[in-house]
Amino acid sequence: MRNKSLYIYGVIFAALAVAPLFLNPYWVDVLNNVGLYAILGLSLNLIVGHAGLFNLGHAAFFAVGAYTAAILNTQFAIPVLWLLPVCALAAGLFAAVIARPIIHLRGDYLCIVTIGVGEILRIALTNDIFGVTGGPNGIFGISRPTVFGYVIRRPHEFYYLIGAFLMITIFLFHRLENSRFGRAVNYLREDETAAEGSGIDTSHYKLAVFVLGAAWAGMAGDIFAAKMTIIAPESFSFWESVVMFAIVILGGSGSIPGVLLGAVLFVGLPEAFRDFADARMLIFGAAMVVMMIVRTEGILPQRPRLYPLPGPGGAGGKP
Amino acid sequence: MTLLCLTGLTKSFGGLMAVNEVSFDVPEGAVVGLIGPNGAGKTTVFNLITGNHRADRGTVLFEGTDITRWRTHRIVKLGIARTFQTIRLFQNLSVLENVLAGCHCRMRSGPAAAMLRTPGARREEKAALERALAELAFVGLAGQEMQLAKNLSYGSQRLLEIARALATEPKLVILDEPAGGMNEQETAALIGTIGRIRQRGITTLLIEHDMALVMKACERIVVLEYGSRIAEGTPEAVQGDPRVIEAYLGTED
Repeated sequence: MRNKSLYIYGVIFAALAVAPLFLNPYWVDVLNNVGLYAILGLSLNLIVGHAGLFNLGHAAFFAVGAYTAAILNTQFAIPVLWLLPVCALAAGLFAAVIARPIIHLRGDYLCIVTIGVGEILRIALTNDIFGVTGGPNGIFGISRPTVFGYVIRRPHEFYYLIGAFLMITIFLFHRLENSRFGRAVNYLREDETAAEGSGIDTSHYKLAVFVLGAAWAGMAGDIFAAKMTIIAPESFSFWESVVMFAIVILGGSGSIPGVLLGAVLFVGLPEAFRDFADARMLIFGAAMVVMMIVRTEGILPQRPRLYPLPGPGGAGGKP
Repeated sequence: MTLLCLTGLTKSFGGLMAVNEVSFDVPEGAVVGLIGPNGAGKTTVFNLITGNHRADRGTVLFEGTDITRWRTHRIVKLGIARTFQTIRLFQNLSVLENVLAGCHCRMRSGPAAAMLRTPGARREEKAALERALAELAFVGLAGQEMQLAKNLSYGSQRLLEIARALATEPKLVILDEPAGGMNEQETAALIGTIGRIRQRGITTLLIEHDMALVMKACERIVVLEYGSRIAEGTPEAVQGDPRVIEAYLGTED
C-alpha cells in the first residue's frame, strides 16, 4: 500500500522534474504559482490542519515577508535569497506580536480577528505606512535572485528554484509531523483540556505553531517578491487568504499530499479552464459545496502515523 | 509522609458554593477515596488540585510546594496526573498516540530537533514508544495500539485514560470515576490495576460511586456533602458514621 503510493509519488516527481522541457513559459509560470501556493498551503496547514487554529489572514504573513524582502533589497541592495531568514524572522515576529493576545480565543473568534489583521495590514500598506511601502503602487525594481552567480530570470529557472524550496518544505514538514511537536499540536486540536491535562503546554504550542507557519509564509513572500520584481498591496488581499485556507480544507487538513493536490486544484485548474472564465467560479463553488457535504475531511485526509511496533501484531513501518 | 495537603479550599460558581473550606491530606503511597452524593463538589476538588479551576481561597500543597495557582501542564510535570469523569481521549488518534501524549512532558526535543531528526530526538522518541507500549500492557490494552481511541469499548477507554496518566510518570494519580460504565468483570480487573499502581509506589486519589470498589481499594476515605467535608477515616469508620449514612440515605423525621 505504502510502496504503491511511493511509486506514484516517484512518477509524479519525475514528470514534474522534466515538465519545463515540454511546456511553454506560460504554463511553466502557472506551475510556479501552484508551487508557491503549495508552500503557502503547507505553512497554513501547520496552523489550520494540524493545530486546528482558524487563520483566515495568512496573506498578512506572506505580505510581511514580501515587503521585507522588497524594502531591504531595493534600499540596501541585499540579495533576495540572503533575505530568506530575515523574511522568516520578520513574519514570525509579526505573528508572535499579534497572536500573543488573541491565540487563546476559540475557533470562530480567532478566525474573525485574523481576518481583521489581514485587512488592517493591507490597508496600512496601501496608505504607505512609514513611507516605505510605496502606497497602492507598491515597490518595484526588486532584483532577480542569483544562485552561485547564476541569475534566475526566466519562468523555467524559477520553476526549479520554487521546486527546490517546495521539496525542502515537504521534507522538513513531513519530519515535523512525525515528531513530538507534530503530535502535540494534534492533541490540542483534538481536545485542548485533555492535552493540557496530559502535561502539554497548550498556549506555548499554539503560539509556536502559529509563528512557525507565519515564518514559512514569510519566506514564500521573499520568493514571490523576487519572482514578480514588483509587489503591491492588491497581491495580499483577503481573497488570497481564502484561497490558502480553501487549499488546506479542501485538499485535506493535516495532510501534505492533500495540500499539494489542493494547490493544483485551486491554482492550476482554473488556468486550464480559462476559456470558460464566466462559468469557472460557479463550477468551483458547486464543487466545494458538494465536497463539504460528502467528504468533510478533504480529498486526501490526514493518515494515522505509523510506529515501529514490535511483535507479529505490529503495524510496522517507519514513520 | 503527606504527599498532597489541601487546606481550606473554597470555590464558588456565581452564587453556588461548590467547595467550602475543604481540608484533607493524602499520605504518600496510599489509595484515598473521595465520595459523596451527586453534586457534593468532588470533581470540583479534583479540578482545583489539577489547576483546571482556580481556588477562591485555600491552598494545595504537593510535596511541600504550593501549586494553588499553577497551570495544569506544570502540575502534571511536577507529578500529578488525572483522568476525567467524562472521558477525554483524543478520539480520532490511535490508542498508542493517546498514551504518547502522556510521555510528552518527560521529553524535550523541539521543532528544530524534529526537522533535523537529531540522534537525541530519535533516542527520546524510541524511549517514549517503549514506555507507551509498557503502560498499555500494564492496563491490559496490549495489541490494540493502532486502533482509534473512539473505537474502543467504554471500559477500555477508561483504561486508556489511566495509561495516558501513568505515562506522565506521576507520583499521584487522580482518577475521576474510573469504574463509570464498566461491567462487573471490568470493575474487578480495575481493582487489581489500582493495586498494581500502588505497588509501583504511585499514590492514588479517586472518586467513585461504586461502593464495593471504594471499600475494597481504598484505605482512607473522605466524604463530601454540599461542598464540605463531613467525614474522614478508614472504610469501616466512614461506613458507620451517622452523618455519612444521613447524607446518603436521608433522615426519617
